[in-house]
Amino acid sequence: MATRILVGTRKGLFVLQKDFAGVWQVASTHFLGDPISMALYDARDDSLHAALNLGHFGVKMRRSRDGGNSWDETAVPVYPPQPQEAKDETPWTLSQIWSLETGGADRPGTLWAGTLPGGLFVSRDSGDSWELVRSLWDKPERKKWFGGGYDSPGIHSIAVDPRHSDSVSVGVSCGGVWHTDDAGATWQLRASGMYADYMPEELRGDPSIQDPHRLVRCASAPDALWVQHHCGIFRSRDDGRSWQQIYAQPSAFGFAVAVHPQYPDTAWFVPAVKDALRVPVNNQFVVTRTRDGGQTFETLRNGLPQGPAYDLVYRHGLDVDASGDALVMGSTTGSLWISENGGDDWLWFSDNLPPIYCARFA
Amino acid sequence: MARVEFAAALQRHVHCAAQQVEARTVREALDAVFAQQGALRSYVLDDQAALRRHVAIFIDGEQLRDRRQLSDRVHADAQIYVVQALSGG
Repeated sequence: MATRILVGTRKGLFVLQKDFAGVWQVASTHFLGDPISMALYDARDDSLHAALNLGHFGVKMRRSRDGGNSWDETAVPVYPPQPQEAKDETPWTLSQIWSLETGGADRPGTLWAGTLPGGLFVSRDSGDSWELVRSLWDKPERKKWFGGGYDSPGIHSIAVDPRHSDSVSVGVSCGGVWHTDDAGATWQLRASGMYADYMPEELRGDPSIQDPHRLVRCASAPDALWVQHHCGIFRSRDDGRSWQQIYAQPSAFGFAVAVHPQYPDTAWFVPAVKDALRVPVNNQFVVTRTRDGGQTFETLRNGLPQGPAYDLVYRHGLDVDASGDALVMGSTTGSLWISENGGDDWLWFSDNLPPIYCARFA
Repeated sequence: MARVEFAAALQRHVHCAAQQVEARTVREALDAVFAQQGALRSYVLDDQAALRRHVAIFIDGEQLRDRRQLSDRVHADAQIYVVQALSGG
């Protein structure tokens, strides 16, 4: 089971470690005071990456090769000059690193970065340099993307197929799910079956305007994808070619989803009431889990605050480890919980952290 | 020569000593600074080389007008001050 967790918050990066007695502790704190929009552990070269979003001075990237004892400033993805003739409402200026993933076991040094305002970047040298993936950025459909929660659209999810590192799916708010089988040379839109009930009727089924809040892929059954969408839960069994809506109680609204690495029918969600009321149902904070592909859901609440509680878990605030037993969950209220039995019971680690943007095992 | 100075909030993140530079515009003044302190550039300017939205520049107490081209004129002994705008919580 995992023994280290990276927690990116509005005011710093916290590294949690399980001590010799099996107790989770904050082992170290980095960049205290600075917003950390995303953090990543790259097992291929044992490096840590942190994306800082300095309110005044822009996005900065840091990398550590010694477990966080020291950090180097590395390259930041930079958008190319915006052509006058582009007639693009979206400014070609980086505003946030929203997702950061490794590029596959057989692609050492390759990193993918999803950004606001919607550009996907790739690095072939562990973050020493970045290149905008123009094939996706130049898609005419990108002009239909729009912001969800932010002024501009963004790529929040990057799911590399472990069978074939050139196959990558990305989730866009709001712009659907895009898929490449050739490492980003060409892209297909794969959001058929998703439905956006807040749009004008004629656009509700349009794949290119869907708002998947979070997209995850099952490690051992990679054709199995789960999406927590703005309008509910969707799953795919065919690598995103088709999507089926899933109904869940007490609510199917939320931001986060995690899928079991071995069992594609097992997934976890953190529900809130609805779009217009983003607090736990009945002010009781729960996790929902399906183990049958979404036919039924269990409500998990042992160790979670049963009221009044107003925690919201944002899209990168929930993660499952490689064993499928350990879960970590952090809220925008600064609460953090850990489960080591698949969500049946939760350890309430802290309720005094800064607002949590991402929590992931490392 | 014009003097370019940076607020303490920026010095927390990146080395940015005050510099005396020869310049006719704010753009020329900053370019002269960045020639000496290259890492500073991305803290002050965005991807399109415009002034970052939450950064302000004052020239002898007057706020910069042309945030995109930085074409505001500076005289020989101008005081140029780069400061963070107030935001956050």
